[in-house]
Amino acid sequence: MSTASHATNDATARRGKAPAGERVADWADGRLGIYSLAKANMRKIFPDHWSFMLGEVALYSFMIIILTGVYLTLFFHPSMQDVTYSGPYVPLQGIRMSEAYASTMNISFEVRGGLLIRQIHHWAAIVFIAAMLVHMMRVFFTGAFRKPREINWLFGFLLLVLGMFTGFTGYSLPDDLLSGTGVRFMEGAILSMPIVGTYLSMFLFGGEFPGHDFVARFYTIHILLLPGIMAGLLVAHLILVFYHKHTQFPGAGRTEKNVVGMPLLPVYMAKAGGFFFLVFGVIAAMAALASINPIWEYGPYRPDQVSTGAQPDWYMGFSEGLIRAMPGWEINFLGHTLQLGVFLPLMIFPLVLAAIAVYPFIESWVTGDTREHHILDRPRNHPVRTGVGTAWIAWYMVLLLGGGNDIVATHFHLSINAVTWFVRIGFFVLPLLTFIATKRICLGLQRRDKDKVLHGRETGVIKRLPHGEFIEVHEPLSQEKLYTLTQHEQPKPIEVGPEVDENGVQRKIGTMTKVRAKLSQGFYGEGSQIPKPTAEEHVEITSGHGHH
Amino acid sequence: MSSQPGSHEDMSEEKFPERAHKHEGTVAVAESPFADPGLPPHEPRRQDIDERAAKRSERTVALLFTVSMLATIGFIASYVIFPIDKIVYIFPFGHVSALNFALGLTLGLALFCIGAGAVHWARTLMSDEEMPSERHPIEAEPEVKAQVLADFKQGAKESQLGRRKLIRNTMFGALAMVPLSGLVLLRDLGPLPENKLRHTAWRNGLQLINMNTNQPLRPEDIQVGSLTFAQPQGFSEGDPNYQSELAKAALMLVRLHPQDIKDKRELDWSHDGIVAFSKICTHVGCPISLYEQQTHHVLCPCHQSTFDLSDGGRVIFGPAGHALPQLQIGVNAQGNLEALGDFTEPVGPSFWERG
Repeated sequence: MSTASHATNDATARRGKAPAGERVADWADGRLGIYSLAKANMRKIFPDHWSFMLGEVALYSFMIIILTGVYLTLFFHPSMQDVTYSGPYVPLQGIRMSEAYASTMNISFEVRGGLLIRQIHHWAAIVFIAAMLVHMMRVFFTGAFRKPREINWLFGFLLLVLGMFTGFTGYSLPDDLLSGTGVRFMEGAILSMPIVGTYLSMFLFGGEFPGHDFVARFYTIHILLLPGIMAGLLVAHLILVFYHKHTQFPGAGRTEKNVVGMPLLPVYMAKAGGFFFLVFGVIAAMAALASINPIWEYGPYRPDQVSTGAQPDWYMGFSEGLIRAMPGWEINFLGHTLQLGVFLPLMIFPLVLAAIAVYPFIESWVTGDTREHHILDRPRNHPVRTGVGTAWIAWYMVLLLGGGNDIVATHFHLSINAVTWFVRIGFFVLPLLTFIATKRICLGLQRRDKDKVLHGRETGVIKRLPHGEFIEVHEPLSQEKLYTLTQHEQPKPIEVGPEVDENGVQRKIGTMTKVRAKLSQGFYGEGSQIPKPTAEEHVEITSGHGHH
Repeated sequence: MSSQPGSHEDMSEEKFPERAHKHEGTVAVAESPFADPGLPPHEPRRQDIDERAAKRSERTVALLFTVSMLATIGFIASYVIFPIDKIVYIFPFGHVSALNFALGLTLGLALFCIGAGAVHWARTLMSDEEMPSERHPIEAEPEVKAQVLADFKQGAKESQLGRRKLIRNTMFGALAMVPLSGLVLLRDLGPLPENKLRHTAWRNGLQLINMNTNQPLRPEDIQVGSLTFAQPQGFSEGDPNYQSELAKAALMLVRLHPQDIKDKRELDWSHDGIVAFSKICTHVGCPISLYEQQTHHVLCPCHQSTFDLSDGGRVIFGPAGHALPQLQIGVNAQGNLEALGDFTEPVGPSFWERG
């Protein structure tokens, strides 16, 4: 206590001379403790790699969405009140529409810059979800989700799912013909739910579809409920990134015990802060050059009208693919109807997403690894994980393709039935093929790494020896390169152990133990990794005269 | 990482025999060609050693920031100068709003140049020397953990929650029940479904009104090969429930040659080859709007469910689960088409109570 008060006196004594910035900081420190905070964080080290900016793109597009979204709320009327259009857009004059649609027209045609902000908002949403997905793939393929980051992986996953639904509720707000069709689809999907379907639909729409309520309700969900939850998750996500410190790619001098990079102040602050402006600038330019969601072309929503080629925003496309590819199975029994053709896709939709979300937990159970990991994996060194990830992408992509089966059919002059059947079969077969192909490519790359380590880099220089033989000169790798290519560990698969113990008595081995051992064999067995070169092999080859 | 001896005693080793093996041969590790050589020395950039290059970078950054300022002035000028309804032709974007184009590009440029300036500054002038910083395990030290567990036990004991079972159980009960109030409050979000989805506005004797002309449809209005849309007589766009009623009652009519109609009931319910089907797809409720006159197939543009209008609205392809409901029609005394009742089954997507 006495030392503390002594320090305060010192500070008071110097107050007259201290620069203004320092005096403000002193004031804040006395109330917020900012000096201790800054001590730990101001020169915090961040490793650098291009792929680390993918998450930043997501973060910044979220901020852009919030900024532009606040602006849009100033002009948008979330009301389904029936009005007759009398604005400047001639083709719609005299047409009846909801106030929501009319106010979106107002934003687009009468508020100066309104169209720009609307388009920035929509483009940023599209970029946001794409960036989250790609960021998630980076985290997946490099194994960055491993301990201690599993919870942050889940936070990120929740952000992706909530982002999709925030997007959906957002583009439904203008109550135009395209988005209304999407809402109608959602109503049909809700109706397909056994027992509760009709009740949920009535409660959501305040009666029969479309009713007079859903725009106002979606508005609350879109601007308050979901973004509020997302903002909380986002802050938690970032706090954990700070707390865990960033992962880094393997390389000379980089260990599990350190983090190598450049300090927050000034480098990272300038780069990351600057990057916000780069992302915002590019999205603003997109909004200037490329039209998005031109609702005046679609017209106001009417339940008896539809346009051809109706497509949701891209991130909802895979659920659209599920619903389009599903055969129209419908079961009638005991006076009830179960529309599997809609209900099954509705159930598979979360499963597709959950499949990628639970993977880190499956992997950690199979490997039994309880250590912290901060050095990223090179994807090739984990052929099974990389295979699972690409298989999931193939799964997602085939559904995305299915979601646009009409577009694919018309653009490539294919039969829509053929496209749909391709998706139906591809849903089961493509992930498997992708897994096998990816795993083989990974193993091939591992072999190449091994070859490079042992025999050096191919220089492309051909040398003719005195006796006429031609050889290619191989250049030995640098120490850094050798380390990078060999630093990874190659775990041995878990063994179940003998069926009988040393006394010849049958051992009880649980099914789960067996499954785990089998999976472990699949992950790290002989077929799943190429043994990396040992130091002995390297010494043997490099010490001799052979260069082959 | 794996070649640093003794760097991870705190980790469970036994499952990773390869690494354990490396630890045995410490001597080999020390001489290993694969050992971590440590951080490579910092290579100075041009700007670090050549002040002229650094000056050039400085000027580039300042130029970018200046362009940003000019772009913002351009933004404000565009806002004032361009009328909102001015459309200009700009290759290759076509006819675009001049205001949107100018505002977006100037704003984009103003933002982008700030970003580009900051990044260029960081990359060329700020120190690019990589430095290591230590990590510490997330897990608490055993003493800390022991202290926390002891504190928790002490706190739990002082609360007497474990000992006073009555308090514990009633508290859980109260906490479990109180959210029910919130759930009950949601009841008035909407009415109960009751029979709402089973009926449409169609009744016996209601004339079919052409959606395009708003006039009663006569049989001669409907030509072979075209799709005609109709709504019930008495519908008005101003009705408060117009949209919800139309979402069920929307009707499409085609004229077929009576001999082409394969389904007997369909023939019975038709008038002179004119058949009326619900326009609302039985899949998820999109309005069907594409008609193929050669085959009498209609296609829902949303999910490509295809129905055969010459065969009772049967599903030919796609995800729909059952045939399109047909409306029985006839002609009234004035010679106009009229409905002879409501649909006999619910229209639109299936639901649990449909049966």
